Amino acid sequence: MSDDVAIRVRGLRKTYGDSLAVAGLDLDVHRGEVFALLGPNGAGKTTTVEILEGYRQRDAGEVRVLDVDPASPTRDWRGRVGIVFQGTGEFDELSVAEVVHHFAGFYADADDPDKVIERVGLAAKARARTHTLSGGQKRRLDVALGIVGRPELLFLDEPTTGFDPEARREFWELIRDLAAAGTTIVLTTHYLDEAEALADRVGVIAAGRLVEVAAPNQLGNRQEALATVSWRTPDGTPDSAQSATPTALVAELAARFGGEVPGLTVTRPTLEDIYLTMIGHR
Amino acid sequence: MTTTTRPAEPVTAAAPARRSGPAGLALRQGRLEIRQFLRSRESVVFTLGFPLIMVLIFASIFDEEIAPGVSYTQYFITGMIATGLMTVSFQNLGIWIPIERDRGVLKRYRGTPMPKWVWFAGKVIMVLVTGVVMTALLLAVSVTLFDLELPTTTTAWVTFGWVSALGVTACTLCGIAISSLARTARSGSAVVTPVALVLQFISGVFFVFTNLPTWMQQVAALFPLKWMCQGLRAVFLPESFGADEPGGSFELTRVALVLGVWCVIGLVLCLTTFRWTTRRDG
Repeated sequence: MSDDVAIRVRGLRKTYGDSLAVAGLDLDVHRGEVFALLGPNGAGKTTTVEILEGYRQRDAGEVRVLDVDPASPTRDWRGRVGIVFQGTGEFDELSVAEVVHHFAGFYADADDPDKVIERVGLAAKARARTHTLSGGQKRRLDVALGIVGRPELLFLDEPTTGFDPEARREFWELIRDLAAAGTTIVLTTHYLDEAEALADRVGVIAAGRLVEVAAPNQLGNRQEALATVSWRTPDGTPDSAQSATPTALVAELAARFGGEVPGLTVTRPTLEDIYLTMIGHR
Repeated sequence: MTTTTRPAEPVTAAAPARRSGPAGLALRQGRLEIRQFLRSRESVVFTLGFPLIMVLIFASIFDEEIAPGVSYTQYFITGMIATGLMTVSFQNLGIWIPIERDRGVLKRYRGTPMPKWVWFAGKVIMVLVTGVVMTALLLAVSVTLFDLELPTTTTAWVTFGWVSALGVTACTLCGIAISSLARTARSGSAVVTPVALVLQFISGVFFVFTNLPTWMQQVAALFPLKWMCQGLRAVFLPESFGADEPGGSFELTRVALVLGVWCVIGLVLCLTTFRWTTRRDG
């Protein structure tokens, strides 16, 4: 395994009873990249991530995470992998500072807990009991616990669910900071704009398989997809055409209308369109 | 993502970010468990208050002699000390561990480099400290209000020590073991409370043991509480009362033997059935 590979998965399989949750999945994540896993509920996203985190045992396949098989996690490996969980409200009776300080004590090379609290934007809430935090603040505490051990690799499971738009932007900045400092990040998300904003590469999971891996702007050959040009005809009815050369079409329309084209739009498929096609919803 | 710019004040004075040695980790975990226990008012009232209130009520209502020189009050108080030891260990753990498992506390700990045993050590430290505090409270109330006499011989204090220690160990292990039976956070109490209550009625806490039907005595003799009560009676009741016990003496060897066997049973069950995650988590 070369030094620049953080995660390497080959032929991963996992069944629950009769149902095949992960059906021969291959995946490579490079060191230092932000990798987003997209997929509908039940596609095998969570199962895959939990196998990578060392919480679930696989049925078959080869898995290496930071050069260790997560099926038998070592203490040292646990110290190098950070996990941001979806659950919150576990330490109701403790304050933010108490929880973060306590978890910092488990790591050989922990970050300064007070700095971590400030970094996730909870400085003003450091002394507050965790049950008084809002949903978004609880997620920040989850993140603080995930990064306090200075992980080389950070797993984030749907990290911004329940955030307001401003909190999401701030959270994205935090992720970019971590990535800039060299942390490898694997995040699962339902939000396509989040994947587009953060990820170097996106992997789409459907029915237990990775159906495509690409940079967000190249997913599903998005760059080469036909553009849709729409306008209104002189009698007011909408018209549209698909074109590989939309500029030429617009010029032709401009000539036809003798200037301004009424209701003109030129669009390419959004990431969401591509994604929905890929997972078979369109 | 700092929205408020007030810097984090150093909240916990003596909490270095550096990882402590094994003993340090266990002590930190114990301190955290005790802090969480003391701050959740329900568990303090239930665990420490229940035996105290029972002693105040029962000892005030019944004060007849059950044998020459032995009052029901003395008999009942020794039973309540045994019950209290069972409450802080068996009931406390059997009810709280499912809640923590359900909330994801255990899963979160498993994601850190914390050695597994540290978590158990934290629970044991909490049980020991609350057990000592509860026993001291019960003794203080009983000595001041109900003329209970503290043991005067070293032998009696030694017996007090080993019966309590062995009893608490057996109940702690059984409490951790039974916590895996509860499927959800709420069912812990439904699993544990009836077991504890029935044992209190048949083990010679509320009623003088030898007044119970023989079959009930035989059932009770299979479980630890009866032997904890009997061992503590050897400490607090006159030696002459031994003749009134079902076996014609306090049978301290048998007390040690039965409690020892329950320690082994509890340990085996813990090692084979303990779960860090809920069933739905796989």
